[in-house]
Amino acid sequence: MTLYRDAALKALIPHIRDDDIVVAVYQSCFDWLALNPRALNYVAVGAMGQASSHGLGLALANPDRRVIVLDGDGSLLMNLGSLVTIAHAGVANLYHFLSVNRVYEVNGAHPLPGADKVDFTGFARASGYAGVHGFGELAPFASVLPQLLSTAGPQFIAMEVRPGKPYPRDYAYIHSAQARAQFRQALNRR
Amino acid sequence: MAGISHSAGDVAKVRPPSGAAIIAALKAADLREVVAVPDIVTSDGLLWPISRDPEFRLTRICKEDEGVSICGAMSYNGTRAILLMQQTGLMDSLNAIRAIGVEYELPVVMMVGLQGKEPHLHPDQSASYGVRIIRPVLDAMSLSHSLIEAPGDEAHIPQAVAAAYAASRPHVFLIGRPPEAP
Repeated sequence: MTLYRDAALKALIPHIRDDDIVVAVYQSCFDWLALNPRALNYVAVGAMGQASSHGLGLALANPDRRVIVLDGDGSLLMNLGSLVTIAHAGVANLYHFLSVNRVYEVNGAHPLPGADKVDFTGFARASGYAGVHGFGELAPFASVLPQLLSTAGPQFIAMEVRPGKPYPRDYAYIHSAQARAQFRQALNRR
Repeated sequence: MAGISHSAGDVAKVRPPSGAAIIAALKAADLREVVAVPDIVTSDGLLWPISRDPEFRLTRICKEDEGVSICGAMSYNGTRAILLMQQTGLMDSLNAIRAIGVEYELPVVMMVGLQGKEPHLHPDQSASYGVRIIRPVLDAMSLSHSLIEAPGDEAHIPQAVAAAYAASRPHVFLIGRPPEAP
């Protein structure tokens, strides 16, 4: 059972519309920026664990756009309540992808607490997401994406991944005023 | 400070702000998105009335730092939002406020009930450590803040909110007495 993160993200790219907002964190963000740089990538989440909450704010304020969150498992553990908040808010335009590698990858690859037991799809299901999905192989993941992304959210998609190619970790860019300005300009262009 | 005594007469002299007037000021500030964790100081005078007011959309959150992110993210297309919480939640959210509000220069506007503050005392003179450190903490973070605890104090809300969005920086309204329920 192998799903490399970059392969999963590459499979997602063809299904991203020009006007979709993509919120990405940590290694998923670095991989995504290398694979699919675009103005509507939202990379400035500031504090660990906050991607899902930024995604909710964007989904509420931009109901005519899809918001794709590329979250990490260590990050989500810092903000588990956001699953309940998102489900309760009922944002139909939010798609919450979670890279599950069960380690704090950019912080020394230490294991998550409960790494061998934690069931992230269980968290999302119990929180009340409209749909919850889990994948550990590329083919079924890739084949379901078109249907999944046309189904009303909030949808939760856990991807049990292994690291792929080591993409550069450009922290300076994700925290830069340039990244925020580029996103703001693209969001307000139309 | 600890050891200060205050009579029932001192407490009786002070008047609370009007919840209705604060809510009217929020509307005048074009705030329609309210993100909140319940706080006993503002519960009856603000949060319950807001929850019943169709002019607001209330997003109930589980933890206060979620709200910092939600309000910050909303601001990118100019959507105005306010985060209601207690000072304990403010303290719990300082890292998110540091990053998202201050370093990312986003207009995160917050309204914070000072739970445990004596109605007749300034926050800095409170016997409650958790209350009297709030303004110094905000000052240390260079966060703009203002106090609402008497009738009429709410008049500055529209201007303060407009300034926060114009400068793209946070502002914290501190609620020093429970607002009177509308």
